[in-house]
Amino acid sequence: MDLPILIGSILAASPPILFAVLGETITEKAGVINLSLDGSLLLTAMVGFVVALHMDSVIAGFLAGMVVGSLIAFILAFVSMTLYQPQVATGFVLTLLCRDLAYVFGKAYAHIPGPQVSHAAIPGFSDLPLIGPILFDQNPLVYLSLMAVILVWFFFFKTQPGLLLQGLGERPAAAYVRGVDVTAMRYLYTLIGGAIVGLGGASFSLMVKPGWARPYGIEGTGWIALAIVIFGGWHPIRAAVGALLFNALQTAANLLQSVMPDVPTQLFSTLPFPVMILTLLLVTIGNADWTKRVLNRLPEGMRRFLIRTLKALQTSPPASLGTIFKKE
Amino acid sequence: MIWGNRLEEKALNKEFIRRIIPLQIAAILLALSLSAVILTILSISPIDAFSLILSGAFGSPAKLAYVLTAWAPLLLCSAGLLVTFAAGLWNIGIEGQVVMGAVFATGLMRILQDSLPPSAVLLLAALAGLLGGALWGMLVGGLRRYGSVNEIFGGLGLNFIAGSLTVYLILGPWKRPGIGSTSGTEPFPPSLWLPGFKDFQASPIEMILGLIAIASVAIALRDTHFGLRLRAVGMNMKAAFLKGVPVDQDLFLAFGLCGALAGLAGWVLIVGTSARHNLYPLISSGYGYLAILVVLLANLKPFWSVPISFSFAAISMGSLQLPLQRQLDSSLGGVIQGMLVLSVLVINGIRSRWLRHEG
Repeated sequence: MDLPILIGSILAASPPILFAVLGETITEKAGVINLSLDGSLLLTAMVGFVVALHMDSVIAGFLAGMVVGSLIAFILAFVSMTLYQPQVATGFVLTLLCRDLAYVFGKAYAHIPGPQVSHAAIPGFSDLPLIGPILFDQNPLVYLSLMAVILVWFFFFKTQPGLLLQGLGERPAAAYVRGVDVTAMRYLYTLIGGAIVGLGGASFSLMVKPGWARPYGIEGTGWIALAIVIFGGWHPIRAAVGALLFNALQTAANLLQSVMPDVPTQLFSTLPFPVMILTLLLVTIGNADWTKRVLNRLPEGMRRFLIRTLKALQTSPPASLGTIFKKE
Repeated sequence: MIWGNRLEEKALNKEFIRRIIPLQIAAILLALSLSAVILTILSISPIDAFSLILSGAFGSPAKLAYVLTAWAPLLLCSAGLLVTFAAGLWNIGIEGQVVMGAVFATGLMRILQDSLPPSAVLLLAALAGLLGGALWGMLVGGLRRYGSVNEIFGGLGLNFIAGSLTVYLILGPWKRPGIGSTSGTEPFPPSLWLPGFKDFQASPIEMILGLIAIASVAIALRDTHFGLRLRAVGMNMKAAFLKGVPVDQDLFLAFGLCGALAGLAGWVLIVGTSARHNLYPLISSGYGYLAILVVLLANLKPFWSVPISFSFAAISMGSLQLPLQRQLDSSLGGVIQGMLVLSVLVINGIRSRWLRHEG
């Protein structure tokens, strides 16, 4: 297989996880952890497919996925921010609940064909050498997800409301003093994040893995997406790179499998998980207290190099992530 | 001081019974009505579905035996999670710890089954299960302590790794002679099963182990110095550290203890009376995650996790009848369980938010 086609296929598989990672990045940037990602993706995938099937419209399917995604996010926001219950616990319960809801409601729709998003090459550009097949001979969702990455980046760092959003996650008290209704704004961004996650779920069932089944085969992706948000340091572009790297890893695992037919196939599908732990370790190890002590004992040149590498990789969460803001 | 606390605790317990119990009942009713709404949407009579679950759990001695067999690993996992939750830790890696317990127990039994008497093999396998789970648990602790990898993600990744290790063992070194399939390893002979009753396929050993685990954890958390330190860490890690609590050591211990109990649950899943008596993929069957819901629902109270884990085992086993009798997915049990926990969170929240100043 030649390289452009390979890269193209990685991009083609990326919208679900890109949307999931972007949605969660927005939510967490506002200081809210929505741990329900894995269940949300499954439930929105199921709902998206079923609605698209009944209404014979993929657009309706995507809208339904977004509505359900923000509904789940609303429950999380309400239970944690209005009722002051633990956010992680709520998210965990929701992730299991949504998964089981997807299986229960989806049972009648397993393994039946339905509508899916069709390919759309961009005329004029798709014939370009090299980047043509990679970038311009793709599914509309691929274009949309890549544009969403840029848009979120622009919103975060180049606009006034984006700055405010960062304040919600970093120093909510300061935002409050400046007249911002912190809880209401956090509700808003949790709902927006949930809707984008729902878009991701629906892009599984309407594009990357058309249809529905139990198990659907994406179980676990939501947890990976949560880890990629950390890897991405709550920065949309870096998170997108993480998501694409993860997809590349999966593609590599599939390729490896065809080279080594003796190794059981199930083994390759789990390959990305140890790699995920290792990369998380890489980006967080700089935060551990012992690393500085060890580094100080190394010779000067090596120490500088290692510190610079760790600094570049290191990420730390928004300062108020997961805490509930209560005005006294 | 201690007596004062005891008295206070008693007063709190009375308060608990007088005010909290009605709210818990309200939560159960809320969860059941939400589940009924879901069933109605699926055009299935809720009464029909609920009674199917009940008869699936208690309809015959054999079914009750299955419920009891599911109860044992759930009790063991809940006991372990009571420890980690007391320290404020989210041990999502518990699934992997169950799996590693099963893997270690299987490995030991494969090596020793022909050279030692069965009871010795069973006992050593239990120890191996404890060890396997504890090691996997401490790995989560190590990732957190030395790599600042949040225990939720470290644990989750290790769950997947434990899963792929099982698949590798089943298809590779431990594959059945001739047929290497994901159905699992060669089953162990009945001499290596926990003894059950003649007409009732549940072993008292499993349940007694589970109940002992809950009781010991309850006592350890309430009455020992270690328990006190753990709870201090759970409330405020920094303060506990400044007060001289060996936080690192205690966190490792908490993960190790929880992992060990989860590993014992893995052993039960191999040698238990109604088990399949072999190692197969996904052997942990979600018991660890379910135990997280149990402990959340019990509000981290050891005593309450006993009846709650029993009812959860009954719901899980009972709903296995749904796909056989009706066109309904067995995950409905999971929906009811999730709804229960969510309803309790909501009702608790409403109580603390709006009913605080009454009464």
